[in-house]
Amino acid sequence: MAGTLQFDLVSPERRLASFAATEVQVPGTDGDMTAMEGHAPTITTLRPGILRAQGPSGVQAYAVTGGFAEINATSISVLAEKAVAVEELTGTVLDEFIAEARELVSVALPEDKDMAERTLNDMLALRASAGH
Amino acid sequence: MPSLKDLKNRIGSVKNTRKITKAMQMVAAAKLRRAQEAAEAARPFAERMTAVMTGLAGSVGSSESAPRLLAGTGSDKVQLLVVMTAERGLCGGFNSSIVRLARAHAAKLLAEGKTVKILTVGKKGREQLRRDLGQHFIGHVDLSEVKRMGYPVAQGIARDVLDRFDKGEFDVATIFFARFQSVISQIPTAQQVIPAVFEGEGEVNSLYDYEPSEEGVLADLLPRGVATQIFTALLENGASEQGARMSAMDNATRNAGDMINRLTIQYNRSRQAAITKELIEIISGAEAL
Repeated sequence: MAGTLQFDLVSPERRLASFAATEVQVPGTDGDMTAMEGHAPTITTLRPGILRAQGPSGVQAYAVTGGFAEINATSISVLAEKAVAVEELTGTVLDEFIAEARELVSVALPEDKDMAERTLNDMLALRASAGH
Repeated sequence: MPSLKDLKNRIGSVKNTRKITKAMQMVAAAKLRRAQEAAEAARPFAERMTAVMTGLAGSVGSSESAPRLLAGTGSDKVQLLVVMTAERGLCGGFNSSIVRLARAHAAKLLAEGKTVKILTVGKKGREQLRRDLGQHFIGHVDLSEVKRMGYPVAQGIARDVLDRFDKGEFDVATIFFARFQSVISQIPTAQQVIPAVFEGEGEVNSLYDYEPSEEGVLADLLPRGVATQIFTALLENGASEQGARMSAMDNATRNAGDMINRLTIQYNRSRQAAITKELIEIISGAEAL
C-alpha cells in the first residue's frame, strides 16, 4: 500500500473535498500530472479538465475550470475557480461553462485571445470526454 | 392634550411598527447566519491564495519583469475607489460609515492633487456620494438583482476593474467595505488591491517548482487574486450589513416598546381624569338640588 497525501479541493465558495488520497491526477496547463506521496514541491496552474483523486472510497473525479494546485510531499491543495463533482456534471452545467468561455473569447483583448480560445477548446474537450 | 381616541390610534400604530421592526430583526438574524457561513466557507480559498501569492511576490516582485498588477504602473496619480455598500437602508450606520471612510480618503487624495475615480457597488453608497463626489463616478454595479452572493458576481466586478486597469484608466485601486467583527461591531476598511500588497515575506515557497514558470503562474494568479479579494469583501459586507441591521432593528423594537409603555400610561391617566371629571360633575349636580 502506497503512502497517502492529504488532498484538499477548495473553490471560492466552499470546500469540496478533503481526504487522504494515494494519488491525484491534475490537469495542469502544460499537461496532466499525477501527484503521489513524496512529490517534489510544485505549483501549477490548471486548465479546464478532469481532476481524479484516488481516495479511500475509490476514485473521485471533479471537473475544474481553472485555478492552481499546490503540491508538496505530504499534501496537495487544489484551488479551483469552479469545481463540480463529475456525477453532478450535466449537459446544462457544461453548456454554461462553454457559453462563458465563448463570451471570454469575444471580449478578450488581442494578447489574451489565444489564452481564451485555448480555454474554450479545453472546455469543448471536457464536454467530449464527459460524453454529453 | 390629545383625545383618548388619538392616543389609542397612536398606540396602535406604534405597535404595528414594533411588529415590523421585530420581524426585520428576525429576518436579519437568519440572513446573518447564512452570510457568516458563506464568509466562513470562502476563507480557506482566500487564505491559500494569499499564501501562495505572497510567496511568489517575494521572489518575483523585485525583478524587472514583474507584472503590472503587482508592481504598479509606477505612478499613483489616478486613484480608483471601489465603494461597496448595501442595496438597502435600515441598517444603522452601516452604509454611512463606509461612505464616510471613502469620502475622507477621497478628500485626502484630492487635496494631494490626485485624480479620483469612483466605482460604486450597491445603491446606498451611490446615493450618499452623489451630491459631493458625483462628478468622479465612472461606474456602478447594481446588486439588487443578486439573490445569492456568488463568486461570479465578484468575478464580474473584478473583470470590470481589470479591464479599466488594462486600458490605463487608473494606477491604484482601493476597495472600501465593512469587515465583520461581531453583530455590534463592523469595521469600515480600506484595502488596496491594485497594485497588490502583501504583508510579510513568504520565503517558504521558494522551494517550489513552478509550472509553467514563476511569472506565468503569477500572471495567472494576480487577476484571480483581485477577484478573490473582492469576493471576500462582498461576503464580509453581506455579513456586516445583516449584523448592523439586526442590532439597529433590535434597538428600534426596544424603543417602540418604551414608547408603547409611555403612551399607555398617558392613555390610562387621561381616561381616569375623564372619569373623575364626570363623577365630580354628577356629584356637584346632585348637591345643588
